[in-house]
Amino acid sequence: MSGSLNLLIGLVIGLNLLALGSSRLPALIRAMSLQGVVLGMTPLLMEYERLDWRLVLVALATMAGKGLLIPSLLRRAMRAANIEREIEPFIGFVPSLLLGAGGTIAALALARALPLLPEHTGTLLVPGAIASMFTGFILLIGRAKAISQVCGYLILENGIYLFGLLLIHSTPLLVESGILLDVTVGVFIIGIIVDRIQRAFDTLDTRKLTTLRE
Amino acid sequence: MTPLLLIIVPLLGAVLAALWPGNRTRPWLLPAVGLAHTLLTFWLFGHPPEVAADAWLGFDPLARAVLPMVSLLFLVCAAYAVPYLRIRSERPNRVFVASLLTVLGLLSAGHQARHLGLLWITTEGVTLAAVPLLHFNGTPRAFEATWKYLLVGGTGIALSLLGSFCLGYASLHNGGVGDLTFTALTAQAKDLHLGLSEPWVKTAWVLLLVGYGTKMGLAPMHTWKPDAYGEAPGIVGALMAGGVTTVAFTAILRVHSVVMASGQSVMANRTLLVMGLFSMLVAALFLLGTRNFKRMLAYSSVEHMGILCIGAALGAAGVFAALFHVWSNGLTKGSAALFVAGMFAVTACPPFAPFFSELLVVRAALAAHHNLATAFFLSCLLLAFFGLTRVVFGIVDGRPRPAVQANARNFVETAGVVLPPLLLLVLSLWLGLFTPPALRAVWSAAVDQLFPAP
Repeated sequence: MSGSLNLLIGLVIGLNLLALGSSRLPALIRAMSLQGVVLGMTPLLMEYERLDWRLVLVALATMAGKGLLIPSLLRRAMRAANIEREIEPFIGFVPSLLLGAGGTIAALALARALPLLPEHTGTLLVPGAIASMFTGFILLIGRAKAISQVCGYLILENGIYLFGLLLIHSTPLLVESGILLDVTVGVFIIGIIVDRIQRAFDTLDTRKLTTLRE
Repeated sequence: MTPLLLIIVPLLGAVLAALWPGNRTRPWLLPAVGLAHTLLTFWLFGHPPEVAADAWLGFDPLARAVLPMVSLLFLVCAAYAVPYLRIRSERPNRVFVASLLTVLGLLSAGHQARHLGLLWITTEGVTLAAVPLLHFNGTPRAFEATWKYLLVGGTGIALSLLGSFCLGYASLHNGGVGDLTFTALTAQAKDLHLGLSEPWVKTAWVLLLVGYGTKMGLAPMHTWKPDAYGEAPGIVGALMAGGVTTVAFTAILRVHSVVMASGQSVMANRTLLVMGLFSMLVAALFLLGTRNFKRMLAYSSVEHMGILCIGAALGAAGVFAALFHVWSNGLTKGSAALFVAGMFAVTACPPFAPFFSELLVVRAALAAHHNLATAFFLSCLLLAFFGLTRVVFGIVDGRPRPAVQANARNFVETAGVVLPPLLLLVLSLWLGLFTPPALRAVWSAAVDQLFPAP
């Protein structure tokens, strides 16, 4: 079981690097949504002996939310804003890839130092979570377009979701679904704001948002 | 049942506001729901219900010590909102009114949340529900402020979720059964055989302090605050400063109590003290430089959040002072955001309430032998006082003149506009001079909840 779980998490880490290296917005959104689908499958794999309908429901909702709903919202915002598809980075693609790779290795080392329960020591859950959060932060800081920053935020959330799977036995599903709902609503609101920023500033380049400062 | 009503009534009001047809009559929903909420809260204040130990939601002593202030502040802001929205009748207010009521409902839930996950869900909900309030003015600057609020606030809230998971894992690691109510966590932390895993508790505390600290607006995570307060309508600023930030503060208090129970009180108190003092320093320095009245209020709010943190770091007496300060800050901030005379109260001039609550913080600090920190605290207060009075006298004097004249034309000072903030000011004065014994008793009960006798 731990082998196939690690395979999925390895896929998540690969998608992190793909997101860091993609120079075009649709590719970034695709990497992020694929990551969401993989994450939705993980709890099913972890709990395949003890499946019940609520768990399946939450997993399906996660896959639909992260894999379909949120990416389609972002694609719509992208099309409505009619922005150039190239992502202009603050941190170039090769440096961010190198940073991401270094972060993943550091995450593996860090996870070894953390005290974990025996059933979690063999899995890549913790390193995968830390690596995804790190990737999210690089994208948040290193990209100029609002939609790329939102993608970074979602990858950060994906990392936290992965970490939350450590608690799958103790957090009731109500909490999980509440979290999912919040994230979805959040992205929905972000989509609206992105649209308004586009109308007000005629650009989605956050470097132009500099009126308010001391 | 009644504690749930505190959440259901405003949320129903929000639904009603979303369906209400008339733009002119809709704002009256705000004082109506606000009044119902205040009556309910004060009824509960007088007749506190029994809270089961494992309840996820409940009107417990901490909620009882803070929620009435939030409710009162909302009522006054709602009364002010009616004439304000009449003046701004050119803008549709459907989303604005509905969001305000949603914020009230989620705030009531957040103050009553006794479960780690539920607490996170409600605070995140408040953050999101406040977004439409910030860009009510619809200017490009307002959208810029909203974007910064979303990015900084969103990252902070993500970190606090991670912190909540870490705290949950600290319990799971040492053989907990996965009950994440604060009562259960505290009980496990005190249990000699189980306890909470130390590295995980430390990680959780740092992440939760940064996460909820972002929501409170502690420096250096305060960057969203001046922009958001500066561009949002005054009532929103008052509600954010007095209501939304307090829910993050009670969250920190609840987590702090668990961390202290697990034997990490030295580390936790030291981090709180450093964060608090740093916030005060940053706020005081920026107060000396800023010229915009609303941005100044935001920095003043950062300063008061710092004071709350310092109070929380000083043990039981400090937490008592901090709860007092929550009240005095909420009421005076409300009046100041709407009314210039309130500024004298914000600067903590005697005999307004902030003076007495800050005095209590100083006394608690001296009693705990934090002499250096006290000196630092007082000099920051002095700097902040200089900064605030400079701007306030400028406004009283009517500078800059063209802006004042432009404002005066479309903003007539009717009784409806002047009375609510004046009422808050009087309340602040009353709180300072004659702190009601009932309130003192409630604050002590909340302190007892956070520092349970061994």
